[in-house]
Amino acid sequence: MTNRYDAIVIGGGHNGLVTAAYLARAGRKVIVLERRELLGGAAVSEQVFPGFTFSVFSYVVSLLRPEIIRDLELARYGLQILPLESTVTPLPDGDYLASWNDPDLTRREISRHSPLDAEAMIEFGRLMHHIARSVKPFLSLMPPDPTSLSLRDLRGMLKLGGHLESLGSERFHALYKLLTMSSADYLDEWFECEPLKATKSASGIIGSFLGPRSPGSAYVLLHHYMGEIDGAFRAWGFCKGGNGTVSNAIAAAARSWGAVLRTDAAVTQVLVRNGRATGVALETGEEFTAPVVVSGLDARRTYLELVAEKELPDELLEQVRRFRFRGSSGKVNLALSELPDFSCMPGIGPQHRGAFSISPSVDYLERAYDDAKYGGFSRRPYMDIVFPSMIDPGMAPPGAHVASIFVQYAPSAIDGGWTPARREAFGDTVIDTLAEYAPNLKSAILHRQVLTPADIQEKIGISEGNIFHGELSLQQLFFLRPAAHWAGYRTPIPGYYHCSSSTHPGGGVMGAAGRLAARAILEDA
Amino acid sequence: MTRIPHTLQLTPFHPRTAPLIRGHTWRRWSGHAAASVYDWTHEHEYAAIRNAAALLDVSPLHKYRISGRDATRLLDRVVTRNVAKAAIGQVLYTGWCDAAGKLIDDGTISRLGEQEYRLTSAEPNLRWLHRNAFGLQVAIEEVSQALGALALQGPLSRAVLNAVAERPVDGLKYFRVMDNRIAGTDIQVSRTGYTGDLGYELWIPAAAALPVWDALVARGADYGLTPAGIWALDVARIEAGLVMLDVDYQSAHRAMIEAQMSTPFELALDWTVSFDKGPYNGRRALQAERERGPAWRFVGIEVNWDSFEALHTTVDLAPAVPAVAWRASVPVYRAGSQVGYASSGCWSPLLKKYLALAHLSAPHFDPDTPVELEVTVEHQRLRAAAVVRKLPFYDPPRKRA
Ligand SMILES: Cc1cc2nc3c(=O)[nH]c(=O)nc-3n(C[C@H](O)[C@H](O)[C@H](O)COP(=O)(O)OP(=O)(O)OC[C@H]3O[C@@H](n4cnc5c(N)ncnc54)[C@H](O)[C@@H]3O)c2cc1C
Repeated sequence: MTNRYDAIVIGGGHNGLVTAAYLARAGRKVIVLERRELLGGAAVSEQVFPGFTFSVFSYVVSLLRPEIIRDLELARYGLQILPLESTVTPLPDGDYLASWNDPDLTRREISRHSPLDAEAMIEFGRLMHHIARSVKPFLSLMPPDPTSLSLRDLRGMLKLGGHLESLGSERFHALYKLLTMSSADYLDEWFECEPLKATKSASGIIGSFLGPRSPGSAYVLLHHYMGEIDGAFRAWGFCKGGNGTVSNAIAAAARSWGAVLRTDAAVTQVLVRNGRATGVALETGEEFTAPVVVSGLDARRTYLELVAEKELPDELLEQVRRFRFRGSSGKVNLALSELPDFSCMPGIGPQHRGAFSISPSVDYLERAYDDAKYGGFSRRPYMDIVFPSMIDPGMAPPGAHVASIFVQYAPSAIDGGWTPARREAFGDTVIDTLAEYAPNLKSAILHRQVLTPADIQEKIGISEGNIFHGELSLQQLFFLRPAAHWAGYRTPIPGYYHCSSSTHPGGGVMGAAGRLAARAILEDA
Repeated sequence: MTRIPHTLQLTPFHPRTAPLIRGHTWRRWSGHAAASVYDWTHEHEYAAIRNAAALLDVSPLHKYRISGRDATRLLDRVVTRNVAKAAIGQVLYTGWCDAAGKLIDDGTISRLGEQEYRLTSAEPNLRWLHRNAFGLQVAIEEVSQALGALALQGPLSRAVLNAVAERPVDGLKYFRVMDNRIAGTDIQVSRTGYTGDLGYELWIPAAAALPVWDALVARGADYGLTPAGIWALDVARIEAGLVMLDVDYQSAHRAMIEAQMSTPFELALDWTVSFDKGPYNGRRALQAERERGPAWRFVGIEVNWDSFEALHTTVDLAPAVPAVAWRASVPVYRAGSQVGYASSGCWSPLLKKYLALAHLSAPHFDPDTPVELEVTVEHQRLRAAAVVRKLPFYDPPRKRA
């Protein structure tokens, strides 16, 4: 009888934990069942090598909803976000393009490359700020069903219309372009400097199997503009202790309200009786019962694995089968004896407190995509590199460092499949490419961890290793995420809910889906 | 190889100004290090502007050289004044607007030749100029770094220049520019400035900045020439009723909402808006506004001393006046309701008055309208009686003579 709860959350990713925390806060008796030995899913910190702590998967924060930080008092539970101040794009000719934390400095730097772009940047930033501000409320809004006539949906559509109307025509048109264009085309309307366009357009390809010239990539650009830290939009930060601290803080908040968090508990099945969810069964055969079961897993697992097909309408099954994952990102984590010394900006300095972006031109990125399009990993990949130990010295032993390298493209459906040999070849490519810009890199590497989409799938269970639990393409967003008519965190099975990044507003260490799911559950109670 | 800049940008005069600054009171001006004040206080620097001669490094201004067959057409497309009418050697003060007639920036245009101009501005405008130059035969060159600029202001500024420059400036009329030479360097001298006093601005190739500075300082000593910082300038420009971008108004290119934007009429720059020329950015909107009358007006506010003093007397304090000009939004009331806000203010050591520059809504902006300015006395927000004044507060005949 001890296995009876008010709610069971499957998967201890940060969204599952957020749902659990809100339900526990509302007085529900909640248990979270996590397959791995630690909580956090794609937001974890692990000592992969002794003394070296890594944000193994996600590594920067900006989308985390401030209302969650406030509601769950995450600062009290150890959440501390440290500034990520700059981005440097090393260029093949030995120069670089940088954007610093200071607008005067950035303007001066961009002026070296293009005085016009230096000025365009300010206006572009202002426009994106306005659009992000108008679209941002959508992040905290349960997607209404535009084809439904229920009062709740109609009210939702009205609210939505209100937000769009407040944009005004210039910004509405810009939003329309962002929704339909490629990031390269969109940025072409603003800028002339190649590395600037490339570095900006890189935010448009993250997590998608799209190139900078693929229509739709501009939206992801906007998605990344919606991050805010302390009210400043488009600010990215590091979480002290790595991204696991986000999950651990949420977990601590949940525990403070009595939630039970169990690791090493892989759920194999959601129990359904008379068409209602009644509990779950673990791999071990152990069962838990509750009137509310919430899946923190991606849409494919939530609908096609945990429950029997017969419980679901065909039309929903069809949509979920077509939901696009197509993981395209890999990750290389390095333990370093010293920091890489970039030839474009010799020495160790403030540049190491920010990101390095290997994105010298739009062609470079598009070529990287071409390789993946035809079944290989990019021979010269896009990379986003940060050195968390520069900001949080606790991440590595004194004097030593950790590097986190986010890489595209590494297609989940690589020709011949991901074998250990192919994984290491991919890792070598990443290191070789980076070493061209920082020649001391190879000799500084003490250990390396290479993660392909196959590894991401295996370790944390995300289908095809898609970092966002399914691409953030327009046909998979808002009232279509993960499926038409089922975008409201509820499923056709009463008592069964969905709270992962596969639901609105999608991927990223944001917590929004988890919070909205909790709201839907509490509304139904 | 490029290095990460270690400091803000430095002006070409920095090697001379840096040793003078006693309290390390640097501030930012367009990404440059600019002196707030050199001396311990700015009293002497301000006095030099009104009494002798002050030397101000205004190099952080943005400067553009605009030349070519369509240079006049470009400028006339962009700015609100009639550029075609300017004579060679004439300088125009003007603003420029977006299509809705909202002010983007203001500055001066010096007509240096039939097809050659220099435009100065507070913020970068290269992109805006380029966008407006579509289809025109015109070269737009940013010369902000190449050209240093000094403002030599004050009643003795003419005497200083006559002592230092090769050609006398006696014949140089208000808002005119001439070629000249100082310390063997070809420079330009315009009779312009931001103090509302007799004064000049010197346009100096950056490479020759130091010898020119040295020559001015060496000969200027006999005339009380004093390097002055922004604090002194701020007091002078408030007395002169001159608007300042980012303080008294926001650029239409930067403002986040329409309410933060201003039109030239609202800023009392009517005289810079020409309707006797062809189409230009904002013309239609400005025409309509002229007919309608502006909703706001930039005016002077003079605080009633007795009222101000009385507010202090109640708490047993002598009135404390702001010696350093403030730049903040301070509510202005009339008959109990807010009718606008002041955006800068200071004590005028010359007029012995507490002055402010304010934006008042219609119909409260006519001269002599009684209003109230919010003042804080001992942590209490109170209201001092004040009166609307026409700008400038101070306008000595020598400015134009
Ligand atoms: C390599 C990588 C880099 C990224 N970088 C960033 C970044 O820098 N910034 C950012 O904002 N976002 C980033 N993301 C995206 C972001 O991390 C994810 O979108 C987000 O963390 C997903 O959270 P979630 O709670 O929805 O799901 P998950 O974190 O995937 O959580 C699902 C949980 O369920 C568990 N589980 C799976 N199957 C079972 C089962 N059968 N029974 C019980 N438990 C199960 C998993 O172990 C996991 O803990 C990145 C993602 C990846 C993979």
